[in-house]
Amino acid sequence: MLGASIIVLRETLEAALLIGILAAATRSIAGRGLWIGGGILAGLIGAGVVAALTGHIAALFEGLGQEYFNAAILAVAVVLLGSHQVWMSAHAGELVTDARQIGMEVREGRRQLSAILILIGLTVLREGSESSLFLYGLLSESQSGSSSILLGGAMGLLAGVALGGLLYAGMLRIPMRWFFSVTGLLIVLLAAGMASRMTRFLIQADLLPSLRSPLWDTSSALPIDSIPGALLNTLAGYDPAPAGMQVVFYVATLLIILAGSMWVQHPSARPV
Amino acid sequence: MRFLIPALVFVSASTLCMAAEPEVSLVIRDHRFIPAELRVPAGQKIRLMIDNQDATAEEFESHALNREKVIPGKSKLPVLIGPLLPGKYPFFGDFHKKTAIGIVVAE
Repeated sequence: MLGASIIVLRETLEAALLIGILAAATRSIAGRGLWIGGGILAGLIGAGVVAALTGHIAALFEGLGQEYFNAAILAVAVVLLGSHQVWMSAHAGELVTDARQIGMEVREGRRQLSAILILIGLTVLREGSESSLFLYGLLSESQSGSSSILLGGAMGLLAGVALGGLLYAGMLRIPMRWFFSVTGLLIVLLAAGMASRMTRFLIQADLLPSLRSPLWDTSSALPIDSIPGALLNTLAGYDPAPAGMQVVFYVATLLIILAGSMWVQHPSARPV
Repeated sequence: MRFLIPALVFVSASTLCMAAEPEVSLVIRDHRFIPAELRVPAGQKIRLMIDNQDATAEEFESHALNREKVIPGKSKLPVLIGPLLPGKYPFFGDFHKKTAIGIVVAE
């Protein structure tokens, strides 16, 4: 039962933290709850479909379908997260001052919310499909305690949701002055971590060279299966033994999003 | 290389033109890896062909090899690893961590 809850917690955590951060970041956009809920629901349905199709997906591209699939989902997520962050930077001023009424931005806000729906849906799908495969395997071969497995899974899910909720509640307490800097930083780190994970799948599929692997190894100092290691992995893409190419993509993602955010904040600096 | 155990490890040139790398096979049965120790040549890419003979899925995972891949039940999938420096690289089955344990020894 404990094993089931730990695996489900680990898979839930990333989606829960992402949802917590995005829910906080879009706090002033009207009607966001519906879009976030829709994203979660779509993701859960997608997770079931993907879990059922795992064998078929994996068999594509001479057995490398899973790598391509994960890399593609992560790539879309990185682009959405990055462009969302740039949009937030461009509108941070309005989002702070008219925290309650940004009627003029409704149309644009809605476009952002649909991007968030896709983003949340894809993340829930990716993390959820693995959980459901694992639980399905456990259930199909256990003679007795299927209820204890389901209970374990539910506990893991609840713990993940609770941590996401905690992060959300904590972020709402941040003074408005720093609020968008904090959400921005978290979103940029999340995106860079996803880019690094995407790169790992592309290396695994032999589409990218690893450029020295590992570039460094901190797995004895901060193992990824320790609690701080796992949290850092989820929030900031911490990898104890990354390939050089992962670090290249991580840093490039950070720089591109930061540069984009700065560029939209200082339109006077735009080259004509 | 001197310790290659032919009965356990099959290194063969694959017929696929894409796959110039040597292929090593690894079986999952009763949530265990067979063989639990794989000896592979260092310094080149290896195609680990994982044959999951169980009815349920397993996730082949290794922090040392930086690899992670779900192998559905009753299916056979490749995992490309390396080129590796000489050394030991533990791996495990994430869905059955207690029994599914193994190690790649590059030499």
